[in-house]
Amino acid sequence: MSRTLVALVAGLLFGLGLMVSQMVSPAKVLGFLDLTGDWDPSLIFVILGALLVAAAGYRLGALRGAPVYASAYSAPGRGSIDRRLMIGAVLFGIGWGLVGYCPGPVLASVALGNSTALLFLVWMLVGMIAFRGFEWLISRREPKT
Amino acid sequence: MDHFTPISAAIGGMLIGLSAVMLWLGIGRIAGISGILGYLPTAGAGDRAWRVAFLFGLIVAPLVYRAAGGVMPPMAVTSSSAYLIPGGLLVGFGTRLGSGCTSGHAVCGIARFSRRSQVATLIFMVCGFATVCITRHLLGG
Repeated sequence: MSRTLVALVAGLLFGLGLMVSQMVSPAKVLGFLDLTGDWDPSLIFVILGALLVAAAGYRLGALRGAPVYASAYSAPGRGSIDRRLMIGAVLFGIGWGLVGYCPGPVLASVALGNSTALLFLVWMLVGMIAFRGFEWLISRREPKT
Repeated sequence: MDHFTPISAAIGGMLIGLSAVMLWLGIGRIAGISGILGYLPTAGAGDRAWRVAFLFGLIVAPLVYRAAGGVMPPMAVTSSSAYLIPGGLLVGFGTRLGSGCTSGHAVCGIARFSRRSQVATLIFMVCGFATVCITRHLLGG
């Protein structure tokens, strides 16, 4: 129960952060990505603010042996910089630049009745499902090592 | 540059950072939205509730913000509707293939000094800049 509550509050904080920073606004995000136009550097300040707090928190986590409501930290593996990472980032960057939505802001936009955001979200989910299909195809072609 | 809002951006960013810290110190998880969402269908029973709770919080947060009298940011999509479907597909597929989006790589990953996240962030930022440059200034949409 406490695990669920922690996650709920964390989700709320995340969404509030997106609202306060205006990062739910595709126009605002595109203003940042429009480097050669009327550039709006606000997004950098969002990331810097987040990094400052997050880096301190992760440092604190390293001092504590384990999270409060879990037996261990579930850190992503420190894998190599492979083709998947790079191609994935290229595809994501293009999609991000087309509309100005990344996964957090689009989720935070649907509750206010933004039907365009909902349409984007649906196709984003289709993209995620397509990835599952892609992984399945890959796993059939070359047996996993 | 009257649209430049460094103060509210930094405060909002800190809230996002606080969310990441809470999830990490509380339950040992990374606040990467595409991962939390993408692993939801395959997550085991014990791994599902926190994902649903986090996503629920994220989705309803704007309603809470509005109810509390927060100033609403402009939320309309401004680019051509022709970009919605390819944009959604690319963001969905790309974030899963690349193991993360803005939150997972640019915030959590870089805060953890992950080389992978630094490279991913650099790549998706550059591709975002290039895409907007092409769609806005070359194609004029």
